Amino acid sequence: MEAINYLSPTAQMILFSALKIGVVFGVVMTAVAYAVLVERKVSAWIQDRVGPNRTAPFFVDYLPVIGPFLVKLGIFQPAADGLKFLLKEDFTPSYVRKVYFWLAPAITVIPALLTIAVIPFGSNLGGQKMVIADLNVGILYTFGIVSLGVYGIVLAGYGSNSKYPFLGSIRSSAQMISYEIAMGMSVVPIFLLTESLNLSEIIRYQAEHGWMILKQPLAFVIFLIAAFAETNRLPFDLPESESELVGGYHTEYSSMKFALFFLGEYANMIASAAMMVTLFLGGWTLPFIDALNLPAGSLLLGLVHIGVFLAKMAFFMVVFIWVRWMLPRFRYDQLMDLGWRRFIPLALANIVVTAVVVALFNH
Amino acid sequence: MPQFTDLLFYALAGLTLLFGFLTVLNPLSRSPVTSAMFLVLTILSMAGLFVLLHAFFLAAVQILVYAGAVMVVFLFVIMLLDLKEDERRHFNQVAVGLGGLSALAIAGTLVAAVVKTVPAAAPAGRLAEGETKALGRLLFESHILPFEILSLLLLVATVGAILITKKDLR
Repeated sequence: MEAINYLSPTAQMILFSALKIGVVFGVVMTAVAYAVLVERKVSAWIQDRVGPNRTAPFFVDYLPVIGPFLVKLGIFQPAADGLKFLLKEDFTPSYVRKVYFWLAPAITVIPALLTIAVIPFGSNLGGQKMVIADLNVGILYTFGIVSLGVYGIVLAGYGSNSKYPFLGSIRSSAQMISYEIAMGMSVVPIFLLTESLNLSEIIRYQAEHGWMILKQPLAFVIFLIAAFAETNRLPFDLPESESELVGGYHTEYSSMKFALFFLGEYANMIASAAMMVTLFLGGWTLPFIDALNLPAGSLLLGLVHIGVFLAKMAFFMVVFIWVRWMLPRFRYDQLMDLGWRRFIPLALANIVVTAVVVALFNH
Repeated sequence: MPQFTDLLFYALAGLTLLFGFLTVLNPLSRSPVTSAMFLVLTILSMAGLFVLLHAFFLAAVQILVYAGAVMVVFLFVIMLLDLKEDERRHFNQVAVGLGGLSALAIAGTLVAAVVKTVPAAAPAGRLAEGETKALGRLLFESHILPFEILSLLLLVATVGAILITKKDLR
């Protein structure tokens, strides 16, 4: 490990950044795979079924007791699912616009992964800050990248060149733009309070003054619901509502291209869960215990902080999944009405009230 | 030996020009959607140029507003209208003349501005209170009147757009 000290600062930065990117990418991909498993298990419990409980690789026979138990939990299911997606026939219909048809799945995944770059998922591990890029305009960067996510779906609909995907993509572009506005406005009061756009600063503020969810509950509710709309999850999954649009924007896709849309959706869920944890639940901090509230001094504490962050994120993932199987789908006009006539005025009022309070008490 | 940032600048500037060119005149495709997508790429490479100038706020807003919102609405409209890939463009001579004239006028203005500009001294280090804050102060303290006039203009445009869509109100 001593050899690291002989490298120039730039080389160290590149080395550690590459390491962080690799590890975060691996964790996110694994999380996506197991989020799908959790989704299937939770939906099974809610609908009084068992869920995936058969997939067993050959070595399970050699594991007494614990092997069959893991099989019952479906631990090996994600591997089988992944293989299935890889090995299925990748069919490209003859009438599609080839370039866009191929580009769209990639464009869906990339923004979801890019968002995670600015999220501080821990305090530090031995002098390294646990964030890939500590941008001063972190939150604006996130919103910028999230706003690019809509292109994947729009191009999928346009590239497929058939009726249902097109309708789905038209819906999604209107839906995502509408809810982006509400989402963006809902976080403005946070910056009024923290006086910074840097996500690490926002976490530090919350460690000192208490979590944002207590100070800005309205902003949190608007952000949470807008996050459902931005990730195209039920109750706002109109771009792919199967009862009217077959499969919406991904009707014509098969095999790995379809899997990429799937991956994009779950990576988006992870990104929004991470954003909510960072903005409203204090990131990697836990109140009342000083060791957990201040940047870590030891490797062990650093790991604990990452664990706290992941636990909070897992909570939001379960909320995403739980809501999907509990609520019916909105009608399109209800969705637009909720976004434009309820959330945007509410978010605006929240900004004005917060600004007045800040002006009265802080100066 | 050119700096790494210089290389990046030339790469991004070249890409901006290339994508901008492909937006208006694409030899491979006449589809309006392709043009719109190249405009998105132009905007993204311009955001890269802003990053090189350390104007992170501008870069983020450029992506957020132009690439993320304005262009999506463009695409939305193009797809809703279902513009055909215009097979043969017949040129209106008056339009070509006027277009050429205005292009020349803009080019002249730009050249004159570039020639007249004295290169500014490099900013002395980082801004003390963060660039976003400095930008906000500049906008809301020294340039508050133009800012308010602009927002009024936007409001008028919004009301006008709503009025046009409401046929029964007219």
